[in-house]
Order: sequence, then C-alpha cells, then structure tokens
Amino acid sequence: MIELMNQLNFAFPYIIRAMALLSIVALGGLFSERSGVVNIALEGIMIMGAFAGAWTMIIVMNNMNIPLQWNAFIGLSVGAITGMVFSLFHAFAAIHMKSNQIISATALNFFAPAFAIFTARSVTGDRALNVRLDYAISEVPILSNIPILGPWLFTNAYLSTYLAVIIFIVAYIVLYKTPFGLRLRSCGENPHAADSLGVNIYKIRYAGVMISGALAGLGGVMFVLSFSTRFDGAVAGFGFLALAVLISGQWKPIRLILIAFLFALFRVISEIPDELVGIRNLNLPQEIWRMLPFIATLVILAITSKGSAAPRAVGEPFDAGKR
Amino acid sequence: MKNFWREILRFLAKKANSIQVLSSLLAIVFGMLFGLLVMLIVNPADAFPGFFTILTGPFQAGMRSFGNMFYRATPIIFTGLSVAFAFRTGLFNIGATGQFTIGAYIAVYIGVHWGFLGPFHWAVAIFFALIGGGLWGALPGLLKAFRNVHEVVSSIMLNYVAMYLMILMVKRTVFFGDHARSLAIQDSAELPKWFLGSIFPGSSINIGIFIAILFVAVIHIILNKTTFGYELKSVGFNKDAAKYSGMNEKRNIVLSMAIAGAIAGAGGAVFFLVGGRYLHVNAVLMQQGFTGIAVALLGLSAPIGVLLAGIFYGFLELGGLFLQGFDFTREIIDIIIAVIIYFSALSLFLQKFVASYIKRKTEEDVEIAEGADIK
Repeated sequence: MIELMNQLNFAFPYIIRAMALLSIVALGGLFSERSGVVNIALEGIMIMGAFAGAWTMIIVMNNMNIPLQWNAFIGLSVGAITGMVFSLFHAFAAIHMKSNQIISATALNFFAPAFAIFTARSVTGDRALNVRLDYAISEVPILSNIPILGPWLFTNAYLSTYLAVIIFIVAYIVLYKTPFGLRLRSCGENPHAADSLGVNIYKIRYAGVMISGALAGLGGVMFVLSFSTRFDGAVAGFGFLALAVLISGQWKPIRLILIAFLFALFRVISEIPDELVGIRNLNLPQEIWRMLPFIATLVILAITSKGSAAPRAVGEPFDAGKR
Repeated sequence: MKNFWREILRFLAKKANSIQVLSSLLAIVFGMLFGLLVMLIVNPADAFPGFFTILTGPFQAGMRSFGNMFYRATPIIFTGLSVAFAFRTGLFNIGATGQFTIGAYIAVYIGVHWGFLGPFHWAVAIFFALIGGGLWGALPGLLKAFRNVHEVVSSIMLNYVAMYLMILMVKRTVFFGDHARSLAIQDSAELPKWFLGSIFPGSSINIGIFIAILFVAVIHIILNKTTFGYELKSVGFNKDAAKYSGMNEKRNIVLSMAIAGAIAGAGGAVFFLVGGRYLHVNAVLMQQGFTGIAVALLGLSAPIGVLLAGIFYGFLELGGLFLQGFDFTREIIDIIIAVIIYFSALSLFLQKFVASYIKRKTEEDVEIAEGADIK
C-alpha cells in the first residue's frame, strides 16, 4: 500500500502537467471551433508561441536579474501574444477570404517549425533554443504538507499549471455565463440566426480564433517549461493530441478535462514505465505503452462519435446571402 | 509583345481550369517572393545569390542533378497523389505519413528476408507494401463510414500508432542493433535503374519515377474515365445525394481511403527499396506524408498537377541542398512552401483576381477590334 502511494506520488505531478497542457490547448481549439472555425493549426501555433516565449525567456535571463517565476510569467505572456498574432493569418483566410480552413491551417502547421528552426539557426547558429533552467516549483509553502493532495498537486509543480486552472475557470464562465459566450456558441451552431439578431459573425469568429491562438501559444511555452528545456521547433505532437482531446471531449469543457486526464495518464505510463513497479512487471515493450494513448483515443472516438456533437456550422465560411 | 500577351490570355480564357492553374502559379510566385524577403531580412548580402541558387539548383551539376531532382520528387509524388485522391473523394488524408511508414516497413522486411524471390523481389515488396498501406488507410475509412469518426483525427492517431508499430517491428524482425537501424536490404530488392543510370550518370535516380508516373496515370483514369471514380467523387461531393441515387456511400468511403493508403504505402516502399537507406528507430514521424499534403494542394488535387508539383518540390529541395554554401539553412524551402500553401488556401480570392484581370484584358481587345470595324 505504501509502495503504491509512493508511486502515485511520483507519477501524479507528471500526469498533472500533461493534463494541464492538453486541456489548455484543447480549450483553445474549443473557442475556435465553437465559433465555427476549424483549427487544426493548434500544433503550428503552439510551436510559434513556444519559440517566441523560449527566446524571450533566454534573453531576459541573460540580461536581467529577476526571479525565475517572473521570467516564466513573461515567457508565457509573450507566447500567448505571439500565438494570437500568428492565428490571425488563419482567421483572415478562414473568415474574410472564406478559404478552405484545413488548407490554411496546414500552411500554418508547415510554416511554424520551418520558421523556428530557420530563425534560430540564422541568429544563434544552433537550430535549438536552450532554456536550460528548471522552472519547477519544488514545494509550495504550507500547501505541500496537506496529505495526499500536497504531494500530488503542490510539489514539483509549475506556475503554468496553476495559471491553467485559473484560465480554465474563467473560460468556462465566459463560455456559459456571459453574452459573449452565448454569441460565440450560436455562431458555431447557426450563424444565420445569430446574424439576424444583430450578432457580428465576423467579429465573434475573429475573437474565437484569436483566443484559441493565445491559448495554444501559451500551451507552447508550457511545453517548453515543463517538458523539455531544449526547444528545436517541435512540441511532440501535443497540438494534434489536443485536437483529439477536443473532439473526444465532444467540444465540452468538462468532458475535455476528463479526456485530457486519460491521455495524460497513458502518456505518463508510457514515459516512465520503469519507475512504476506494477507496470514494469507486465513486461511489455515500451512501444506498446507509447501507442496506448492513441489507440485508447481511437476506441473512445469509435464509441462516442456516433452521436457526435460537433458545432453544426464548424468549417463553413459565413455567407450572409445563404440565409 | 502586348498583343502576344493578349493572345495568351485569350487562349487561357477558353480553357476551363486555366484560372485555377494561373492562381496556383501566382501562389508560387508569392511564396518565392516571401522567401526572398525573409532571406533579405536575415542576411541581405547573401540573399540574392542564395535565392538564385534555389532557382537554379538542378542546373548546377548537369544531368546528374536532374536525376536527383526526379529521385527526390518520387516519394512526394506518391504521398501527394494519395492526399489528392482522397481530397477528390471528399476526404482529407492527413494519415499518408502512417500509411507510408507501414509500406516502408513491409518493403524493408521483404527486402531483407525474402531473397528467394530473385528478379521479382522488388516488385513483390512494392506489392505487399501497397496492400499494407491500403489496409492501414482503410482503418480511418471504416471508422468514418461506420462509427462517424472524422478521418482527420483518426488518421492523426494512426500516424503515431504506425510509427511506434514500425519501431517495435523493426526491433523485433530486421534490427541492426549496432547502428539502431534496420538491416540492409538484399541487392535483388533494390529498385533497378535500367537505362536511367546512363542518362543521368552519377545520380541516385531509379525506376521509382516511372512507377510514380504509372500510378499518376492509373489514378487519372480512375478519377476521370470510370464509373467507379465518378461514384467516389459524387460521394465526396454530396454523401446524401449519392446515397439517394443508389450508391453505397459507406463502401465508397472505405474504398477511397484504402486506395489513398495503398498509394502512400507503395511510396514508402519505393523510397526505402534503395541501397544505403534504412529505417531508423527514432520516434519521429516521417515528413513525406505532410509534404504530400502541400504537393496535393499545389497540384490542385489533380493527378497530373501532383506530378508537376512533386517535381517542383524536388527542384526546390535540390536548390535547398545547394544553399549550404551560403548562410541559410534548407528550412527556407519549407517556409516558401508554407507560404505557397497559404496562398493556395486564398485561391478563391486569387482566382477572382485572375479571372477579372483576364476579362478586362480580353474585353479591351474586343473593343479595339470593334473600333477597327467602324473605320
């Protein structure tokens, strides 16, 4: 029993950080898709955000003497702003130009890693950015002493995780308790009805895509902070995973968290099977564990998608003349 | 000169999809200009020579470079064709990467172990890779047809599954542990060069390019000349209408994805049935599938267009290789391609622009002609 407890204490911080990352990026996708714009560019936007954020953190660290967590906060903010600006390209193509949204998003996904590597190489000579520092908060005063929750949530934690919780609560309130949220959701379900009631579809959709850009950019920096301190133009497919989380979560925030938890759980099992004794005894090749989150998603999708609750107008450019 | 230009425009106005082609070309021009701009910002001194190098890449070492251009284009033509075929039938095959990986593994396995096949060795390897890729591609098709799972999401998942499956199987069946890669395939499994070796001396080209062209031709015929292709396209265009007119829309979705997967799987085989090329056990998705998306879009999802766009990609990539002499990395090529895709996403707008330009120019012409009559 004590053995099990120790293992859970060991594994939980890893699960939490993967879960926080996935839910924030998936939440970003939710804002975009509920407003009616498909956003498979989450991966590319994450990479842009991670690139700008990581670079900023390196520059700040080298030139200024400020506390570590303040630096992380600056990096996260820069990442979010970069993501927002980058997502405007997708918004412009999808909303104003009525383009095929998958194509313009693919362009963004293509652009981001190439741009990150190219720029890093041209300026620093190395294709990767080394953030080097460990941003983990080893113990939160007082809170880390709470039994069970202390070691799970308040040791080895990241500022970004707590930020993610706050953002999630705010986002939930915005989506379901404010006029803006109602309008956003109506734009994704029936834009013509919303239009007839005086909602500016274009503005709302721009807002939806920009929020998704900001959250994905933020997620990119979260990845740099908590998964790998060496950023070389990739975020390990987390953007695509978040997309899968969004769809398996049926475009609903609470379900999305549950799915993100499942994903994170499988991912952690696949990453650190050797430390988890019970799992090591199963003696399966590492690759099987690595595959599991993806296969699990496929199974979840196959079970849940029959009554898919995708926003009805997602992916359709708004054309006022179609009413 | 002006008259000549007008004649060209007039000719184009009569052709059905010339406006699309022109807007694609315009997207290429914008992409190249953007690349030049980035290069100017990063390193103004080397920008023009570097850009010139990209444009003249294949001409630098004569026929050998041309051979290498076709060689690099070959796998991309396969994946591009796979994506384009799925596009035409209303599906987005982002899973070409996974299908390519499965095909690659099967081909390497057969290449290493089935030496008894003798002269048929490489052909059999391609055949089974095609089957394997097809089955892998059919999975998202089945999920879509019977469980309503969007093929984009399931394909993304299957890409990762294919990658880890490949690593697992390489480690179990064809592993060369010292170098963390697959064993070398037997000589009989390598794609022959035939007469290409003497036309393009010193280049890596092999008959893969002919196989690619064969696939392009077959898919062109299926899509444009057969009832089967017509059915596939109508299901893609309007599933409900197709069902109403008696087509089996579920079967067609599965078949579309299976064919797309088969093409990508064959591409994986053609890419890896080459001496000195091995499967590595790194957890990195193979990029050919994603490049295929770009090439399919650039080629307007038409088989012939994909062939041309694929060769264009080989051209750019070769230019990127020659860039090493300058202060730029080859990623500039991907930046250019990303911008080209972005502008092809704006194709509706570009098409409108091109159409109105042609109309204006050719109508001017008519007015002048009428003026001459009155005289």
